[in-house]
Amino acid sequence: MSGSLLGKDLLGLAGLSREQITTILDVAEPLKEISERKIKKVPTLRGMTVVNLFFEPSTRTRISFEFAEKRMSADTVNVASSGSSVSKGETLVDTARNLEAMRIDMVVVRHAGSGAARFLAERIESNVINAGDGTCEHPTQGLLDLLTLRDKLGSLEGKRVCICGDVLHSRVARSNIWGLQAMGAEVAVCGPRSLLPGAVREMGTGVQVFDRIEAAIEWADALNILRLQLERMHGGYIPSLREYNRVFGVTRARLERAPRDIIILHPGPMNRGVEIDSDVADGPHSVILNQVTNGVAVRMAVLYLLAGGRAALADAAKQGGAA
Amino acid sequence: MSQTTNVVLNARAVARTISRMADEILELNDGSDNLIIVGVQRRGVQIAERLAEVIREREGAEIPRGALDITLYRDDLQTVGPRPVVGQTHLPSALEGKVVVIVDDVLYTGRTIRAALDELADFGRPARIMLAVLVDRGGRELPIHADVVGKRLDVPRGGRVDVLVPSLDQRDEVVLLGAST
Repeated sequence: MSGSLLGKDLLGLAGLSREQITTILDVAEPLKEISERKIKKVPTLRGMTVVNLFFEPSTRTRISFEFAEKRMSADTVNVASSGSSVSKGETLVDTARNLEAMRIDMVVVRHAGSGAARFLAERIESNVINAGDGTCEHPTQGLLDLLTLRDKLGSLEGKRVCICGDVLHSRVARSNIWGLQAMGAEVAVCGPRSLLPGAVREMGTGVQVFDRIEAAIEWADALNILRLQLERMHGGYIPSLREYNRVFGVTRARLERAPRDIIILHPGPMNRGVEIDSDVADGPHSVILNQVTNGVAVRMAVLYLLAGGRAALADAAKQGGAA
Repeated sequence: MSQTTNVVLNARAVARTISRMADEILELNDGSDNLIIVGVQRRGVQIAERLAEVIREREGAEIPRGALDITLYRDDLQTVGPRPVVGQTHLPSALEGKVVVIVDDVLYTGRTIRAALDELADFGRPARIMLAVLVDRGGRELPIHADVVGKRLDVPRGGRVDVLVPSLDQRDEVVLLGAST
């Protein structure tokens, strides 16, 4: 079981089994306690070097990874595209190989290109953790959403989760759909047709589509409300932000008509008054700050489960066994 | 070659051993003042519970209890790799000025206890730390010894001592598994 539970990298939730996801969540659970200690640190990854390679701006995810790395006692280096040789035209792989020549152990990568994490993982020896690649996947966000939902719902089996809003541009949506389906939840999406990818139906036969937010609220145990990615909106996908809020905004008035208590998730950063109203974001159904707290624990668990065991892996490879 | 299984302590012997260990802890500490009992996950936690129960009967005092999971403090991550099971760690508030009794089921190489000492140090500075184990099987690889020992066994490297507890194993005994020809 050890060492190879997740393999070398975490690139996405597509293809992960329920058992693998459950193990990550089960390991993350007790790690929450470490962040409550006076000394918020365990020595687990002492001597290991993790590079956070961010080719796209990110505050929350990068900080969350950095907290996770430091609380596990890894040494961390942050490389952002601006102010590095990346801005001089160096390729992703050259950057990573140069870092590897300085003896690093893991790379956390965020990149605008879909598939960038896998591309990198196939070309370097270090463990690679995908921190978001284009519109492909953002697996640790998916995992922290699953952990937050599991905390509230007990189990995900048969639970109904609707992902609302800009599914088209969202790697968070993709990781959530794969992860939720692996865990046995029912998944739906809701948003303007212009923001739902045609491929939604291909992602799994079970993904329902709601055109009206009211219908989604009536159906769901939880809503995962995505950020309207204003920076990616060049195609006139929606008439106006006010129009979007009027039709698809999650408001208190709409939630009050729900047949059951609905859990509200949002991966942040929020556009208050657009996809979510302030009194929902700060209201009793919101678990948005729990998501942030759980993010650190989930990332600690992933770092731990990918770390070490190189000798055991090498032995297993020599013996031809898939240990 | 077959496995031999010997019951070293049956349920009644385990109960007797645990009461004796509780008495020894109380003697060493001169009573139950300032005591904190901390079990090492998982079976050390069960034994710690039982020790606390005996102390409650003897002294009429409720002893604060805690649990340590030492998985993240192991020294074999680079060689063996990560373990897929991590347990809860929780300790009663402040350790300063307290006498902490670490409880584990079997003492063998001493590496688990080394890790437990490191973890405990992250929570504070107790006045004293003691170690109580149900079985000391010998074979130490580190300079660590137990203050209170339920049963001493001399088990060779290939052998195994299993402490079975009712809540996890539906049995209450200590068995010795050894390879024999």
